[in-house]
Amino acid sequence: MKKFIEGSRATAEIIKLCKPGVISAYPITPQTHIVEELAQMVANGDLDSQFINVESEHSAASVVLGGSATGVRTYTATSSQGLLLMVEVLFNIAGMRLPIVLTCANRAVSAPINIWNDHQDSVTVRDSGWIQLYAENNQEACDLHLQAYKLAENHKVMLPVMVCVDGYILTHAGEIVDIPDQKSIDRFLPKYDPLYKLDVLNPITMGIVGGPDSYMETRFAIHNTMEKTLNEIIPEVSNDFAKIFGRAGNTLIEEYKTDDADTVIVALGSVVGTIKDVADELRKKGKRVGVLKIITHRPFPKNQIYNALRKVKNVGILEKCISLGLSGPLFAEITSLFAAKDDTPKISGFVIGLGGRDVTKQNIEYIFEKLEKGGNNDTEFVGLDENVVKNNKELIINV
Amino acid sequence: MSDIKLFNPGHTACAGCGQSLAARLVLEAAGKNTIVANNTGCLEVFSTYYPQTAWGTPWIHSLFENCAAVASGIEAALIYLKKTDTNIIAQGGDGGTADIGLQALSGMFERGHNILYVCYDNEAYMNTGVQRSGLTPFGTNTTTSPVGLQAHGNKRPKKNIVEIAASHRIPYSASASVGYPQELQKKVQKALSIKGPKYIQIHVPCPLGWRSNPSQTIEIAKLAVETGLYPIIEYEYGDLVNSKKLLKPKPVTEYLKLQKRFKHLFAENAKQEMEEIQKIADDNIKRYKLI
Repeated sequence: MKKFIEGSRATAEIIKLCKPGVISAYPITPQTHIVEELAQMVANGDLDSQFINVESEHSAASVVLGGSATGVRTYTATSSQGLLLMVEVLFNIAGMRLPIVLTCANRAVSAPINIWNDHQDSVTVRDSGWIQLYAENNQEACDLHLQAYKLAENHKVMLPVMVCVDGYILTHAGEIVDIPDQKSIDRFLPKYDPLYKLDVLNPITMGIVGGPDSYMETRFAIHNTMEKTLNEIIPEVSNDFAKIFGRAGNTLIEEYKTDDADTVIVALGSVVGTIKDVADELRKKGKRVGVLKIITHRPFPKNQIYNALRKVKNVGILEKCISLGLSGPLFAEITSLFAAKDDTPKISGFVIGLGGRDVTKQNIEYIFEKLEKGGNNDTEFVGLDENVVKNNKELIINV
Repeated sequence: MSDIKLFNPGHTACAGCGQSLAARLVLEAAGKNTIVANNTGCLEVFSTYYPQTAWGTPWIHSLFENCAAVASGIEAALIYLKKTDTNIIAQGGDGGTADIGLQALSGMFERGHNILYVCYDNEAYMNTGVQRSGLTPFGTNTTTSPVGLQAHGNKRPKKNIVEIAASHRIPYSASASVGYPQELQKKVQKALSIKGPKYIQIHVPCPLGWRSNPSQTIEIAKLAVETGLYPIIEYEYGDLVNSKKLLKPKPVTEYLKLQKRFKHLFAENAKQEMEEIQKIADDNIKRYKLI
């Protein structure tokens, strides 16, 4: 059913329809509305689930780890510092092959403390073994959560999935969202059928010591699963999704007006909406511009991105995060796809919107223009306070 | 004790390891209808080196500090599955319990989970090479509280987790010793018969870290109790309800002299420290009415 609803509440409604038996979370802005709503659903008796209020995100992740290991569908949500406090557990969950679903309401990382949106939190944990999906809008956020459970619990996958939803920009924004009914969701997402679980009738040992003779194979296995997930399982889940719900599922990437484009901006998350608007306007002026949205960030759709960009003249990688001392991480990753290849576009990096700095149409127009003029060959911060930049002394800000 | 091996031999614990003995006693007292969540530490390492396992019940290890939270998730899942007749034991060493895992442990108590938490207290980080923990006794020589010209070992007395647990007004908080196996097993069974969060802290000598004779593990464990240095006590809902009485407390030197971790205390220049340790025992005897 279509309704006008806040992003967080739409996410909570979808999670409810996925019927997790254990939910655990620790409050952090801007994740709070999601878990408050779920707590209320449990309190009202609308959702049969154990809602465990914990004393930290480390424990929230540990509680869902224990719940998932016992063979129950689980859910948690967090942001920023909370995600970083979970990091140790996140790696552990992936290593133990537990199909947990987590919403990251994307937020900047301290210091300075900042509650507003960027992607530094989730991008920082990209190597943890979690599948990472990024939503452009709240409809996509809902749809990706649904597919997240189906993907994670597939016996050929058995990996956790993080759905990344821009804090405030999506979590606190009202949009019209089509939330499917329980019947069709049950058809898409059957009851969780654990591949292994803690069960007194069939005792197993989980979380063993893996020495030099076995550890490396466990990492290989996850990497291998990621490849298989990318090429087989995500398309399969996406097809099932389209069949039942009548709209496209997770297509790994989305190519927007890239067919004949000679200039393309690549980005993740809600900022893609703004870039599409600017691309539409520039197209009206006769410019051949397009947008490449990355939905599935891990596993990284290497071939798909390569093929989408190989004929493009100018490529701009727009990121809401930075690997300090290098570049935007996505810039480095996409550049690496073209190493020793013949068709190599001119690739430029742009870091934008950190800590909630507004990303304006003018910023995007500037980037398209810059790309058409030959780009920057490296990483450029867009939207900085020019007065601060001009005065080098003020660049080191002690906060 | 049943024929079914719940904690199997063949693991790689040191000779005379008090923790491996206590872990077996705990699990045999609990029975096969038990799920165990284990913190990182000696017990986890010597019992689950892939592809082998010593565990005959469902067993999970996640991290150093989170077994109380993992067990909370297990309990939540079992409630959801309507399988609430299964025992859940969360367990770890003194470092994983009293230091890095204290927050998760307190959370487990406060939320009222139906879980028995067992702390195997060998009084230092043995798995990493005998570094001091919050449960290392005053005056102990460890690799990070070493004896030197200006130091007589660990500067602080043991943190009192049995009382900290009791302060959460949980139904049951107790200490026990591997030196008294029957009492220990009775406590485990008593704890598991009570609904809610329970805490048992078991004193387990570590011949490697204590530099004691592996054949004297039980004797040393008993002496810790008989000197008053390790009071055996029980709290219910925050109140002290029971303490193991001592006929005639032995001097602490009887206990200390069997362990090279305390050897330096017998030197002339450590008289004050030795007196301090006797005072700790005397205070325990008075506080817990051991005589």
